[in-house]
Amino acid sequence: MGILHGMERTEADLIAAVLKGDAASFEPLVEKYSPRVFATARRYARRESEVEDIAQDIWLKAFERLNSFRGEAPFEHWLMRVAVRTCYDALRAHHRNRETTFAELTEPEEDWLDRFVTQPDAAKEDAEAARLLIARVLEQLSPSARLVITLQEIEERPVKEVAALTGWSVALVKVRAFRARAEMRKVLARMAKEKYL
Amino acid sequence: MNLAELEKKLVAAARANPPSEGVPYAFEKRIMARLATRPVMDDWALWARALWRAAAPCAAIMLLLGAWSFFAPPSSAPASDLSQQLEQTLLAAVDQDQTIDSAR
Repeated sequence: MGILHGMERTEADLIAAVLKGDAASFEPLVEKYSPRVFATARRYARRESEVEDIAQDIWLKAFERLNSFRGEAPFEHWLMRVAVRTCYDALRAHHRNRETTFAELTEPEEDWLDRFVTQPDAAKEDAEAARLLIARVLEQLSPSARLVITLQEIEERPVKEVAALTGWSVALVKVRAFRARAEMRKVLARMAKEKYL
Repeated sequence: MNLAELEKKLVAAARANPPSEGVPYAFEKRIMARLATRPVMDDWALWARALWRAAAPCAAIMLLLGAWSFFAPPSSAPASDLSQQLEQTLLAAVDQDQTIDSAR
């Protein structure tokens, strides 16, 4: 009933209804945009068990701050800003001393690295081991470095969009991106040193 | 090991494996249930909460000032200087009127 009701009304109608106190009109929005919210949360969560908590936080914040949505940009863009900022808060909240050794790499990860050293072209990017390795590397980065590397390098978003999503100025995004790349190279150098020296 | 190349490969690996968009079953129902059970905060409640939070620091400041005035050594300088000056300033206009009246 709720879904059918939601499909008949535009997003603007649903948002207006929520702002007038009809909380049930929020459900079609949750249903429609949860896949994107979950994909965003999975980019930053340490474990799958954390993903739902982060997604829940995002939706509760979106509900609380809905009156700040002006309707000038699509709702999805506004929601993604809330999502990215909530994920950043989650990263900062869980950021302890994450410096762990790379000594405990799994066998497929070690094989992939060995293959990369001997025959770089043979180490395929779509391998599961490569995905796990980059996840390990991202885990080692500071929250801001991880956020900016994810948005700019992995999701290939332009600086202006990163600035809009994070709430940072364009200049700050550039500075943080520069530092993040240096931080990432440091982590990679440490990994290479631990593995091969 | 070529670190720049490794970085490029790993970033490409992350791009090639975008995270799943899977949503747990009935997630939206759980969100709606959470929204239904959360306390509604009206403006008065927000004010009351802010005032309660401010009460403790205010009480602490009051106690500190009370203790300071109680335990502070008595000053030897005349304490009436400032009050006398204030009184003179405030009553300057009245004094001036009285002086003019008596001169007439």
